[in-house]
Amino acid sequence: MTDPLLSILMDWLPYLLEGVVLTLVLVVAALGIGLLLGLPMALGQIYGSKPVRYIIEVYVWFFRGLPLLVLLFLFYFGVFPALGLDIPAFVIAIAVLGMRGAAYQSQIFRGAILSISEGQMTAARSLGMTRWQAIRTIILPQAMLIALPGWSNEYPTVLTDTSICYAIGVMELLTRTSQIVSQTYLTMPIYLACACVYIAMNYAGMKCLNMLENKVMVPGFGHAST
Amino acid sequence: MTDTACVLKVENLCKSFGEIKVLCNISFSVQKGETKAFIGPSGTGKSTLLRCINQITEPDSGNVWLDGEEVTNSGIRINYFRQKIGMVFQNFNLFDHLTVQKNVEIALLKVRGMTPEEATKKAIFELERVGLADKADCYPAQLSGGQAQRVSIARALAMDPDVMLFDEPTSALDPELTREVLEVIRMLASQGTTMLIVTHEMRFALSVANEVLFMENGTIAERGTPKDVLNDPGFERMRKFIGKIEEYR
Repeated sequence: MTDPLLSILMDWLPYLLEGVVLTLVLVVAALGIGLLLGLPMALGQIYGSKPVRYIIEVYVWFFRGLPLLVLLFLFYFGVFPALGLDIPAFVIAIAVLGMRGAAYQSQIFRGAILSISEGQMTAARSLGMTRWQAIRTIILPQAMLIALPGWSNEYPTVLTDTSICYAIGVMELLTRTSQIVSQTYLTMPIYLACACVYIAMNYAGMKCLNMLENKVMVPGFGHAST
Repeated sequence: MTDTACVLKVENLCKSFGEIKVLCNISFSVQKGETKAFIGPSGTGKSTLLRCINQITEPDSGNVWLDGEEVTNSGIRINYFRQKIGMVFQNFNLFDHLTVQKNVEIALLKVRGMTPEEATKKAIFELERVGLADKADCYPAQLSGGQAQRVSIARALAMDPDVMLFDEPTSALDPELTREVLEVIRMLASQGTTMLIVTHEMRFALSVANEVLFMENGTIAERGTPKDVLNDPGFERMRKFIGKIEEYR
């Protein structure tokens, strides 16, 4: 005997999995853009000239200051149409999540860089390194190690945030879930299944990040106060 | 001595932090193979003096010459001079994310442009010199303070500097660890390394230095050979200071 509920779920599973893939693409792209923009922003905010620091501050203030839904609407209905660009919702979602992630990530990296003692820079410079060499080979690698636990937090944050892209019609996991619900009227089972998928993605991602943390860990790093 | 043997020359160095004059017209020169010890109360500009020599702190005025070339106002070339001026810090400042060996190698690779093989060879050589080749794969957090300071000495020596600056190298160490670091410095002195040492280890300063300079209020108040300092009646202030410190040993 086949459970009718189970067979309905199985029927819709491929459709749901396509949403999982899209959600994962959103997460990876957003984290990637956030890293690519956030790290230089952190450096700019610490080592940059006054105008550079000011521009970054305004950027961070803007993207951290607005709810994600407002940002999505602003860019989906406002910014891109005003520029005469017809850009798919999916791309807008990646851009907004990425730019917003950059604002948050820049502050994670900024804190990590600032936590490294001045003596590290002094020692590097006294060996004849240029400022940039010292930043690249001494300061940044240490900052990344310090930032990693805090950065890992970005994964579940961004993952759950992707569901808000539902509002502009991105065909991610939650959007598809809602579509299935409206077709089948199996509200609770379908949303529960959706929740399980989010939990599973979260768990898998955090496991990977924990493995990365263990892999790059330097014995005693961050505990010695020299 | 002829000027060709003069490795380092400091002339009229001045530095203020806000209203406070930390260095006032400091002048001296260092011959090749010579060891000078700077002693004096805290806050009299000894560390600032060392930091002004390699321009980690920029002096307000005055000049520094290394092997006849001006270090002050040298612009981007300062990175070249800094390779030739080794510096050892009170807090070691080892690169915490790198192994002991990598700590010594990194500047050889990035600054001197050595191949990895050359750098490794040089790093092992310098670590052997300070007796720590067996710690090559340790991270700084796994070392005792004395070992960490010896690694930082090896790191500076690896650049083949013309002069070594020691900024209170044992102030963060207990007496036992202090001894192992001082032994390394003593060995370097015997091998003819040119050194400036800021220290509160009076007996060490008097036994290892060719000249002891007593700094007070940003000036060199008294200076002389250890023998003169101990015997000549003219060194009243320095002797009083040394006596005060040694009292509690």
